[in-house]
Amino acid sequence: MASITLNALAHTYTDNPTKPEDYAIREMTHVWEQGGAFALLGPSGCGKSTLLNIISGLLEPSDGEVLFDGKRVNELKPEERNIAQVFQFPVVYDTMTVFDNLAFPLRNIGVPEYKVKSKVYEVAEILELSDQLTRKAKGLSADQKQKVSMGRGLVRDDVSAILFDEPLTVIDPQLKWKLRRKLKQIHEQFNITMVYVTHDQLEASTFADKIAVMYNGQIVQFGTPRELFENPAHTFVGYFIGSPGMNFFDAELKSQGDQKAALMFGDHEISVSDAMLTRLHAMGADKVTMGIRPEFVHVWDGKNNDAFPVDVDYVEDLGTYKILSFLFNGQVMKARLSEDQKVPSGQIYVSFPEQWTKVYVDDYLIDIADQAAVNDTVEETDHAN
Amino acid sequence: MQTKVENNKAWFLVLPVFLIVAFSAIIPLMTVVNYSVQDIFDPYTRYFVGTEWFKQVMLDSRLHEALLRQFLYSFTILAIEVPLGICVALMMPTKGRGASLSLILVAIPLLIPWNVVGTIWQIFGRADIGLFGAFMSGIGVDYNYASDPTDAWLTVVLMDVWHWTPLVALLCYSGLRAIPEVYYQAARIDQASRWAVFRYIQLPKLTNVLIIGVLLRFMDSFMIYTEPFVLTGGGPGSSTTFLSQSLVQQAIGQFDLGPAAAFSLVYFLIILLVCWVFYTTIMNMQKDK
Ligand SMILES: Nc1ncnc2c1ncn2[C@@H]1O[C@H](COP(=O)(O)OP(=O)(O)O)[C@@H](O)[C@H]1O
Ligand SMILES: [Mg+2]
Repeated sequence: MASITLNALAHTYTDNPTKPEDYAIREMTHVWEQGGAFALLGPSGCGKSTLLNIISGLLEPSDGEVLFDGKRVNELKPEERNIAQVFQFPVVYDTMTVFDNLAFPLRNIGVPEYKVKSKVYEVAEILELSDQLTRKAKGLSADQKQKVSMGRGLVRDDVSAILFDEPLTVIDPQLKWKLRRKLKQIHEQFNITMVYVTHDQLEASTFADKIAVMYNGQIVQFGTPRELFENPAHTFVGYFIGSPGMNFFDAELKSQGDQKAALMFGDHEISVSDAMLTRLHAMGADKVTMGIRPEFVHVWDGKNNDAFPVDVDYVEDLGTYKILSFLFNGQVMKARLSEDQKVPSGQIYVSFPEQWTKVYVDDYLIDIADQAAVNDTVEETDHAN
Repeated sequence: MQTKVENNKAWFLVLPVFLIVAFSAIIPLMTVVNYSVQDIFDPYTRYFVGTEWFKQVMLDSRLHEALLRQFLYSFTILAIEVPLGICVALMMPTKGRGASLSLILVAIPLLIPWNVVGTIWQIFGRADIGLFGAFMSGIGVDYNYASDPTDAWLTVVLMDVWHWTPLVALLCYSGLRAIPEVYYQAARIDQASRWAVFRYIQLPKLTNVLIIGVLLRFMDSFMIYTEPFVLTGGGPGSSTTFLSQSLVQQAIGQFDLGPAAAFSLVYFLIILLVCWVFYTTIMNMQKDK
């Protein structure tokens, strides 16, 4: 059991990297605290497997350090790092029985046979493989093979961490759900650091306490599912988490004469806090991206002069809720309607609550919470002058 | 209920295969069968002799010796070429220029015609002008494949190993390349030893190519003719006279076509039997218990 620190880590598969796109992992510093259940979430090709392989030592990073409990392990081979990893597609030793497969990692490190036995039985019990133990692994079905692969990752309970690389890809949905629960139970029981790679947000949020969202070789946000939902730190998080994802639109910071500046989406002013406006002004950012989740768009039942008039495009009924698509200033946006809300048509009125309207510059969130801190320092320096 | 039309049209689909097999195997073989049960003097004078030739062949002690020698030879070269081929394949580089270069180097012996191989070794092994022969005398070994049966055997075996280990090596190499990288990764995570990786990952994945390799090498070596014929002419004495050479002696040397035909059939059946036994044994071993 260990905490895993990635220090200024970067990795490229090319020999002469020249541009950021040449890097599968762009420089990142990140800590996975000891004992946590983490998910690493991101689209295919964003570098998740690369990152896992670097942690386990199968791959040597081009730059930066990997630390286990503060100790540099770059030079240690995977077999010396005492780490378990489960791969996307099942790997079993065909000629061995299921029992021998599960016992293999234990026997390799010289665990006495009576302990091997009890541990294998225990893990087989959890994964419901007890009645398969004497079978040759070769004849198993794909999901049974994957259970065996996972079992080999779980038999050693003294490992620094267990890394799962999309382990449930080949498993059917019902069993998937069950196995994820099992993993969670095992985590609670043994308190081993677990990193679970997936491209499925639901899978990530049911397994993990904290999710790292990865995009283009970078971890763009690390937080609880709720934080990712309510306060996406990067436009990609807004887009990737939630279904449907966040609505985004481009707005401009305009000041008309002596009036104070405002964020304008076409002819409509989108209201944000004064602190935000001051901050944007200070940054010199006059073009921003704004985002609001469909869940937070307020749809008024009747005419409202403070709200924006928009045109209903269509309504999609998803059973317990409905997704309303509307045209605002020529752009399609979505709002989530609850079951009891009446289905609107024609021209309707929507508003964007200030609290849930996020502002992004160069894809990164402008966060007013740390804005306060920045303001303080700015004021202090002002006083000093 | 659906009525099922029954006719024999399906046979037409089998016909091409039947014709191919007929021309490639059955008809030529029938000629041999024809000779094996008759005594034929000329196209118009022939007598049916029943199993006479077969009895004669079965009781021929020279053939018994040749058969024994043949088995000994085939098993010796298999016992050397299979493990050696695997080792060579394991040592061949997998990436970059080294990979293509090693492939070419390993494949070279396979490209040399049989009789040339015999000639090469005939010269290579001579103590006066051959590198190998000179080397052996140089280190004080009294080596002469033309007069000493042990030396003759050693040379014939060595020649075959040199000529055909590359085949086993190339087969294994392709088998090894087909193993996905993730198996090796999983083995490292499981802290498997080098031996365990070989035993539980590489060897199981090589089984199929090895079956092909062993069958090919067995059949080929069991029918070996040209190389020992060129190298030693079957001697000294008859120490390197293998089955096919005995057959040729009988058929062409003595023109005993009847016994030779009977002999060919027995020969063919032995090869078929050994291959079948080998194949079914391996297949049964692989079955899920
Ligand atoms: N062995 C490799 N050689 C070269 N490029 C690779 C290799 N493995 C992955 N990549 C590249 O690195 C990027 C990240 O890949 P990967 O880590 O497998 O992503 P993910 O697991 O998130 O799908 C991809 O662009 C991929 O093409
Ligand atoms: Mg991957």
